Amino acid sequence: MPQDTSDLSVADLRTSARRRAWSAGARWAFALAALATVLVSALIIWTVASGAWTFISQVAWGSLTEIGWFPRRGLFDLSTLLVNSVQIAVIAMLVAVPSGFGAAIYLSEYAHPGVRKVMKPTLELLASVPSVVLGVFAISFITPSILSNFFSEINFFNKLAAGIAVGLLVIPLIASIAEDALRAVPVALREASSGLGARKVTTSVRVVLPAAMSGLMAAVIVGFSRAIGETMVVTIASGGGDTSLFNLSLFESGGTLTSAMAALGLGTDQVAGSTLAFQSLYFLGALLFAITLVLNMAGDVIVRRLQNRY
Amino acid sequence: MNPEKALMTDESDAPEMLVPSEPHPQTRIDVSAVAAMAGQRAATETVFECGDINVYYGDFLALRDVTLDIAAHEVTAFIGPSGCGKTTFLRCFNRMNDLIEGARVDGAIHYHGVNLYQDEVDPVEVRRRVGMVFQKPNPFPKSIYDNIAYGPRLAGVKRSALDDVVEGSLTRAALWDEVKDRLKTSAYGLSGGQQQRLCIARAIAVQPDVVLMDEPCSALDPIATGRIEELIAELKTEYTIIIVTHNMQQAARISDMTAFFSVQANERGHRTGELVEYAPTSLIFTNPDDPRTEAYITGRVG
Repeated sequence: MPQDTSDLSVADLRTSARRRAWSAGARWAFALAALATVLVSALIIWTVASGAWTFISQVAWGSLTEIGWFPRRGLFDLSTLLVNSVQIAVIAMLVAVPSGFGAAIYLSEYAHPGVRKVMKPTLELLASVPSVVLGVFAISFITPSILSNFFSEINFFNKLAAGIAVGLLVIPLIASIAEDALRAVPVALREASSGLGARKVTTSVRVVLPAAMSGLMAAVIVGFSRAIGETMVVTIASGGGDTSLFNLSLFESGGTLTSAMAALGLGTDQVAGSTLAFQSLYFLGALLFAITLVLNMAGDVIVRRLQNRY
Repeated sequence: MNPEKALMTDESDAPEMLVPSEPHPQTRIDVSAVAAMAGQRAATETVFECGDINVYYGDFLALRDVTLDIAAHEVTAFIGPSGCGKTTFLRCFNRMNDLIEGARVDGAIHYHGVNLYQDEVDPVEVRRRVGMVFQKPNPFPKSIYDNIAYGPRLAGVKRSALDDVVEGSLTRAALWDEVKDRLKTSAYGLSGGQQQRLCIARAIAVQPDVVLMDEPCSALDPIATGRIEELIAELKTEYTIIIVTHNMQQAARISDMTAFFSVQANERGHRTGELVEYAPTSLIFTNPDDPRTEAYITGRVG
């Protein structure tokens, strides 16, 4: 039965005051939640930046180029930490890029749908292994059971094992992003290649990989950012501790930007030698932040430049 | 007749070679099987003999009992309503259905006397002889030059000979004059019609024996379509062409033989295609045998 509209008045079409208040309240609650995340980010940046500024304005510039990183002695050699960080991240990429891309090509080009359905989640599960576990894995297995067989002079804590363990951590990340990029390449391109008498491996390497180049670059950049920011594996496996002497050997222990920060954050029961030691934590944080920011921006530019229009 | 000879395009009929010094890569197709077939093979210019082809996607029969022969240096058109299996059938000739998960082809297609569906046959070798042009232009995200050079590079054509192959293929595909000044630019800068001619040039750059075309004009405007049709008429002097088309006028204009396929749904709604009639094009469009063909070409169904 149709509604009776003979005596319709504006009151019938008006929402009650309570409902209007409820709608407005909900809107504000959501806005506040969104604002909170922005606020927290801003707070972090402000804390890090102001701490870093305190350090920069007070530190003797000469102490930034010294024999090593000994914050409580007032020796803040940045190259020590930077070199170690980059060395470990590069080793990690040498491990993670070939196997990550390989896994991605297998999953996207070769694997039977049933296999992929099981294997991809398994791969992503690997990403959820806590990094502390991988750190322990490095010192309990990678170094003693593998590396020491090849390199007798290797230190118990060493950058090589740390790099390999970080690489293992990054494989699923790279494989997952790369697989998405490969799967986004239209089937029509694979068919065109097959139709010309290309074998599967040729099609994968000469057509699919180049066509997915922007996504693959993104995978590498995200992986590198992750590797250079990784803390726990490096702190345990590379034995960074709170001090390290500049060295280039992969068989030696060495602190990175991240492990030095962790050590500073944990504090020490020894008497502080320099008041600036704690402030250097913020400086390293700002540096790390800047590095990943630049990496991501460079990545964005590269990805956009390689963007394919297939 | 030398059975091994049967595997190759007859030299005397072969197109003027694009690369004189490069012989066509030799086949590894089983020779004993050829010997068995050679006795039965008539001396006609038959490229493909298909016997009782059934194609399944999983458990579902997509195409039933197709038997027909394809003659050399002719344009053979497959027409019929959507879902009648004409594209599925086309993809049997270069084993392209192998790429589709769950697809299975029963029956035999003899290519110059060799059954393409015996175990020893490598589909990759088949596709180097039986090229394909697809419904939607699908150039690689590479330069125009690299698109054409892709197949010849795979076949081992020397770098020094590539320029000639690229120019020759683009010329045959009636595209050379339009692109000769921008060979190193992306193929995506071309119009749709140009892209499709590029794909044709890419297919003939490997000097195939047969070119399969799957509705090559369906994504193109009438002018681009006209150019492709002219091209097909020229190409048939050198290649055997099998074309799937939705456009009956197109089939009438360009083909020598026409196969009409129809589709039947079973009680569970599965649609299975079948060959209704196969005859010279002039005959099928003027005096079809089967009432279903007549209904389709006169526009009463489909």
